[in-house]
Parts: sequence; C-alpha cells; structure tokens
Amino acid sequence: MQTEAEAPATEPLSFVDVTRRYRKVTALERIDLTVRQDEVLAVVGPSGCGKSTLLELVAGLQEPDSGTVSVAGASDAAGRRAQCAYMPQRDLLLPWRDALANAALALECEGVPRSEARRRAEPLFERFGLAEFESARPAELSGGMRQRVAFLRTLLPGRPILLLDEPFGGLDSITRFSMQQWLADALAQEPRTVLLVTHDVEEAVFLADRIAVLSPRPGRVVAEIPVELARPRDVTSPEFGALKRRVLEALSL
Amino acid sequence: MRYVLAALLLALFVLAWQGVASLESVDDLTLASPVETLDALRDDWSLLWDNARVTFVEVVLGLAISTLAGIASAVAMHLFRPLRDAAYPLLVASQAIPVVVLAPIFVLAFDYGIGPKLAIVALICFFPITVNLLDGLRSVEPELLKLMRSMGASRLRTLRSVELPASLPFLFSGLKVAATVSVIGAVFGEWAGADEGLGRLVLLGNNQLQTPRVYAGIVLLTLMAVALFALVVLAERLACPWNRKEQPV
Repeated sequence: MQTEAEAPATEPLSFVDVTRRYRKVTALERIDLTVRQDEVLAVVGPSGCGKSTLLELVAGLQEPDSGTVSVAGASDAAGRRAQCAYMPQRDLLLPWRDALANAALALECEGVPRSEARRRAEPLFERFGLAEFESARPAELSGGMRQRVAFLRTLLPGRPILLLDEPFGGLDSITRFSMQQWLADALAQEPRTVLLVTHDVEEAVFLADRIAVLSPRPGRVVAEIPVELARPRDVTSPEFGALKRRVLEALSL
Repeated sequence: MRYVLAALLLALFVLAWQGVASLESVDDLTLASPVETLDALRDDWSLLWDNARVTFVEVVLGLAISTLAGIASAVAMHLFRPLRDAAYPLLVASQAIPVVVLAPIFVLAFDYGIGPKLAIVALICFFPITVNLLDGLRSVEPELLKLMRSMGASRLRTLRSVELPASLPFLFSGLKVAATVSVIGAVFGEWAGADEGLGRLVLLGNNQLQTPRVYAGIVLLTLMAVALFALVVLAERLACPWNRKEQPV
C-alpha cells in the first residue's frame, strides 16, 4: 500500500481507491489503476459496469465520491480536463460545420482563432485519409471518415492523455476493423498514453498493452492482463486467441 | 408537381367561391365574388396599395422588434435557469392576453400613430419566436455538451458554436408562425384606432357596404402573410443549408 501511495504522482494517470456512486447505485467501487507513459490501457467490462464513468472521471467531467483520480499530478477536475483529449463513442460532428471546421473545433475551444485553427488542422487531413474532403459536411462523409474527423478534432490540441470511449462502437464491422488497424498504426508511429474503454474484447487485445477487466455493477477491477504480443498483431494467431480467452474468462466472473 | 397540385386546389377554391357567390340566395353585401373582388382590386388599386404599404411597414417593424426581443429573452432565459423558471409563466400569459381587448388600451397609451400597431404585432409574435428558440437551445444532446466541456469550451463558446446554430431551425419554425399571425396583429391594431392601413380600410369598407373592396383588402392581407411566410422559408434555406430535408411548401 505504501509504495502505491507514492507512485501516482509520477504516473500520467492513476486511480487510487476511487469510488463513484449515483444516488444508491455504486457505479465504481475501490478502483486502483495506473496507466504508464505511452501505454495503451484497455478497460473491458459488461454494459453498465461504469466504464464510461471511469473515463468521465479522468476527463474531469465528474468527481469521485472518494479516492483520488490524478492526471499528470493534477487531481482537481479542471487540471485533469486540461490534460485529456476525450473522444466519445459517437463522432458528434456539428452538421453545420464542414470537416475542416469540425476538426478545428477543439482548438477553437482553447481560444485559438478560427482561421488559425483551420490552418493547423489542414495539413493533417492527408495523413488521416481525408484529403479533398476538407469542405465536405458531415452528412456527406462515410461513418469511418466521420470518425477520423472526430479523431483529428481530439488529437489536434495535443493533450497528452487520450481517452477513447468505445471509439468504433457505432461502425459496421468492416469499417471498425480498418479503423482499428489505422489507430494501431497511428499509435505505433506516434505513441500516446491511452485509456480505451470498450466492450469488444478483440478490439482490446488488438490495440492494448494491458487490459483491465471490470466486474458487473458495482465495477471493480477483477483482472489486469498484460498483452505481450508483437505488433502488428495477427487476430487469427493462436496466441491472440489464447489471450482473448483469458479476458473472456476474467469477464465471466 | 406539388406546385401544380397547389395551383389546382387554389383554382378549385376560387371556382367554388365564384359558384357560391353567384347563388341567388347569397346576398351581394355578404359575399363578393372573385370577379367583383378583382374589379375592386383594379379600380381601387392606388388606394389599396397606399394602405397596404402602411400595414406592411407595421408588420415588418413589429416582426423585427419581436424577433430581436425574442432572441434576447430566449438566450437570457437559457443562460440563467432561475430567469427561465421565473419568466416562463409570464411568457405563456403574454400569449393568452386577448389582444383584441388590449388594442384600444394601447391606442390610448401610445396614441394613434404606428406605436400601438407595433406593440400589438410584437406582442403576438414574441411568444412563438421565444418559445421555439428556447426549445431549440435546449435541444442540444447532453453528450455534445459534455464533449464541449471536455474540450475546455467556455459557456459563451458553447452557446455560439453549438447551441445557437443548433437552434436556428427552431427559430425559423417560430418565425413562420410569427409571420402569419403578424398580419392579424396589425389589423387588430388598426381596428382599435388608425387613420390609414389595410385593416382600417377593410373596417371602413364594411361600414360603408363596399363589400368587394373589403374582399380585395382581405386578399391583399392574406397575400402579405403568405409572402412573409415564403420569405422566412427562403431565409431558412439560406441560413441552414445543412438542415434541408424534403420540405413541403
């Protein structure tokens, strides 16, 4: 316990004995978790186990009832919020803005003037496979492209911690798989500290360095499983299958 | 195709009107036929036109006032929850006021000029504009508001970049209702006391048994309302191109 109490300040992201209740329902109970620098931690769990609550606590959108959530040493909500780039499940693009202006939105929220924000977003469109779609409205884009614009919006301000809430949950399975590969490539090129929440075990094993398994409500961490597979990962390999099985076994507690 | 259908129905309506008006049992003093109405439009054109312009100015200015006041009130009520809770009943009451009764009092208060007409038009139009915009401002999904918060957006930034654009279609819905009732408001205002305007002309025509002129005035008033409605639809298309579905009209 003592070593744990000293460790968090140096970690980019840590939960120490965090509990969160909504009225009488306990969403998360006594969560202890850390995410290391440039590590991808996937959190998997059944529906309603408090996965999204976990992310919103990190993003400074909620406060724990007890315990401490700290991000790069900051444990107040505003301090946490400033460190985190939060990406919800749905892309939530604004229908009246074109793709470029949507991508620039997060920068504008930080006070960057509109034209400057657009200028900084523009060069990234090609890398995100969105070249020539700068002035398309969201309604004109495919689901995968919309999600890439949302990613661009999330990444542009350059906040150190990436919080992904089932980022591919709304996509069809083919698009989802290509987006997962795209994200794996992007993270391989440019490592980031990522907290990824998902109920897709395969997605967790494919993308994560480590997987934390939550129990049904109240959510507790019932297993932490390191994923030591070489990248790029082959979803059809026996090792991949074995890990998937371990996670599924932990889930059915 | 839908224009053809609309034109057909209109033609049918005019025909029926002509038919009923030609019946022997229908008094010429209660119902002027379309032909008589057209004659009146032609013969009294300069009189009708001068008065229509007066009414038009009342309607447009009144609409402008209520639009500005409605936007300001809705935004203020949206930003300050206690204000919304306190003012909402008053807002509803403002629409329940029998304007017909209130109009003469306005005339007493503001004199014969354009003032009472503007007040009545604005009073009638204020409610649909404010209530619709208020609903629009509240229509933004909580998820999106959460995202804005996570990106560090200030309250005003969220209002400007998300809530106001999202509520534009709602504002236009309110404006469509307002545009059509505004003309009625101006007529009430003129009935309570005026020396010019289409509403007054219609009232005088009624008293002087000039039935065709009354109908000509009514046709012009209706056209004015329809034109204003069409103008709002056009403005909506220009202002919210992302929101275009298959729209009737």
